[in-house]
Amino acid sequence: MKKTVLTVDDSRTIREMVSFTLKNVGFEVIEAENGQKAIDLINQTQKPDIIITDLNMPIMDGIEFIKHVRNVLSMKTIPILMLTTEYTDDKKNVGREAGATGWIVKPFDPEKLIQVVNKVCG
Amino acid sequence: MSEFGQFKNIYFEECSDLITHAEETLLSMQAGDVSLERINALFRAIHSIKGGAGSFGFNNIVTFAHEFETLLDHLRNESIIFTPDICQLLIRANDVLQDLINLAKADSDEKPLQFFNVHAQLLEILEHHTGKSKTAKQVEIEEEAETTFKIVFKPNPNMMQFGNDPLFLIRELGSLKLDQKSENFSVVMNTDEVPLFYEMDWSLCYCWWQFQIKTIHSAARIREVFEFVEDDCELIIEVLEKNVKNQTLSDESIKFQNNKPQEMIILKNDMVDSAKNQKDEISHSIRVELDRIDRLVNTVGEMVIKQAMLIDQAQLIQGEGIHDFIKGLQDLNHHMRDLQDYVMAIRAQPVKTVFSRIPRLVREVASELGKEVNLVMSGESTEIDKTVIERLGEPLMHMIRNAVDHGIECPDEREKNKKNRAGSIHLHAEHKSGRILIEITDDGKGINRNGILKKALERDLIPVDHNLSGDEIDNLIFLPGFSTATEVTNISGRGVGMDVVKKSIQALGGRVSITSTEGKGCKFTLTLPLTLAVLDGMIASVGGQQYIIPIINIIETLRPSKSQVSSLIGCHDIMLLRKNTISLVYLHEIFNIPNAIHEPWNAIVVVVESEGGELIGLVVDELHKQQQVVIKGLEDNYDPIPGISAATILGNGNVSMILDVAVLKKLGQQQYKKGSIAEKITPSLR
Repeated sequence: MKKTVLTVDDSRTIREMVSFTLKNVGFEVIEAENGQKAIDLINQTQKPDIIITDLNMPIMDGIEFIKHVRNVLSMKTIPILMLTTEYTDDKKNVGREAGATGWIVKPFDPEKLIQVVNKVCG
Repeated sequence: MSEFGQFKNIYFEECSDLITHAEETLLSMQAGDVSLERINALFRAIHSIKGGAGSFGFNNIVTFAHEFETLLDHLRNESIIFTPDICQLLIRANDVLQDLINLAKADSDEKPLQFFNVHAQLLEILEHHTGKSKTAKQVEIEEEAETTFKIVFKPNPNMMQFGNDPLFLIRELGSLKLDQKSENFSVVMNTDEVPLFYEMDWSLCYCWWQFQIKTIHSAARIREVFEFVEDDCELIIEVLEKNVKNQTLSDESIKFQNNKPQEMIILKNDMVDSAKNQKDEISHSIRVELDRIDRLVNTVGEMVIKQAMLIDQAQLIQGEGIHDFIKGLQDLNHHMRDLQDYVMAIRAQPVKTVFSRIPRLVREVASELGKEVNLVMSGESTEIDKTVIERLGEPLMHMIRNAVDHGIECPDEREKNKKNRAGSIHLHAEHKSGRILIEITDDGKGINRNGILKKALERDLIPVDHNLSGDEIDNLIFLPGFSTATEVTNISGRGVGMDVVKKSIQALGGRVSITSTEGKGCKFTLTLPLTLAVLDGMIASVGGQQYIIPIINIIETLRPSKSQVSSLIGCHDIMLLRKNTISLVYLHEIFNIPNAIHEPWNAIVVVVESEGGELIGLVVDELHKQQQVVIKGLEDNYDPIPGISAATILGNGNVSMILDVAVLKKLGQQQYKKGSIAEKITPSLR
């Protein structure tokens, strides 16, 4: 059975690139353009096997979204990767506190993305 | 990242949306509507642009967007306060970013003119605020060696609650082993801490591991396997044995560090509420490629033609039930018309897309000339067919440039005349009587009638004994070669006069005119057809050939009496219509059609508006019916034919040419020089 990736980002370009990269190595990919839509998607369809989310989005941003997934939806074991343009220590801490599993830096190298996804999800 | 090349187009499309939206937001903030929510939206837009740019290697964009984004970040944290000056800078930065994107699209690495200036200003504000950015380099000496490591990995009990699974980490570690031989990697799991079954908490991790791995990778690489769980475990990496092959130096990584104040990512309450109230703009539309729409429009157009043919053919058939059949076809016609309207509506776009370039144009021209101009736009949601929109941009920009350059006076001059220092231009669009109406109104100095008259007389464009009304004098500016600018400025004077603008508008099947009050201002009025795909035309026949005259051009039709027609010596034939003399143009002459009716009083004269607003009379054999026709362009297969703008297929299956009314007078004159009709017919008049 194919594993499903949920990619959450308000940039269509990024969503398409993530989707392309991961579909090529055998994942199914579903997309959402902000945290709120991602939550709707999780509730309506089956739960994804891994979530990759941007931090800066309208309506509900990445940190809020991660907190919601961990606390409200009680999905504690699902890996959540943050896709973000810089990774300072501050951001890292806030992300960890919210419950993120790890991160990938934008612009991302497709090989690296695949490697990181495998690291948390196989 | 060449495998992402295919996404470049999507990226550019997205950038276009983001930049336009950003500009709108900035302009409304400049007008006073400032909010944290808007600053946040700006930040996200620039952030997205930067992120994508990095993936495609657009380094100029990345560099510039980085500072731009940083400033916006400080503004949304309120660690820098938003001021009108900063707003100005942001607007200019947005303009530069747009230029950078356009350059990237054109595959150019150049930096736009304003780049250095604006970039320097951004840096200045940022440095002033936060202290200089540091760049720190980390250089590691990488040794190519076969190393055997011993690794102890003790996860904290709650490590798995962040979504990390030891199994995948162990697999990744294993993948680093040398030669993929299994003896190069060993795993020993310790289960001392595992409690009894019924005491277990499934979300906790009770095991820990010891590994031994022989690998060519470095300790840093090993550590990287555990990068996400560093804080949630105890990790010990020891080197047991090392066979160094050779030593190489390399830059392992380069990190930038900024001394930024603590960023606040936690949303403030007011932002959360307003975010919820924000209208969901993105939902109910889909993107469709233009080719698909064009194919749809064409096919529907063909269906309309075929259907008209069927009705014509049906009317020739006798027999039972034929009336019902014809009625059925006519009902079908109604549905076809509806379908056609709906399909055309798909291609209709709000004028906004053309208007969106105007604010920046006004800004740049005004600033270059030292003038102050306020631009107001209304009716931007008025919809026009895409075909018209594409060709409307240029003439519109010229008229606006003109208004700023020649219309609006300098602030000092305006003040002297008791006007506001800043001039205003109002750009308005609306639907009116089945056409599009666009008005450009300015409160500048209006048209200098005396100046215009003088130039027109000097250049023999009008006779000395003219008796033109004020309005007619104003409209003289549309005559070719007309420029009364005392110096041809860089801006409007690039060899593009109002006559070119008028030609462009006429080529679209539209009309443009001007009204002006000296000292007070000017108004340009444009009317355009709703679409370039279909046309309401009058079918006229000449010598058995059928031509289409666009209804929009027809002023009047009549059969003149002999006494109305005369020939001017050394000139073409004319017709008297009430008080006006109207030049006659013989279509059979222009197109060399035999068997046509030559005498105007036995034929029909169709009075139309030609180039320069002059009225001419087209002489045709007879007029048939009025019909909506689908315009079929000839450009793909033929060079331009003077006098013909396009073609269509009539209900009877025949091809019919659509006349380009604007140039017919000139063509008639050329024909005249070859020997006029008048000389042949006027013997009977004399």
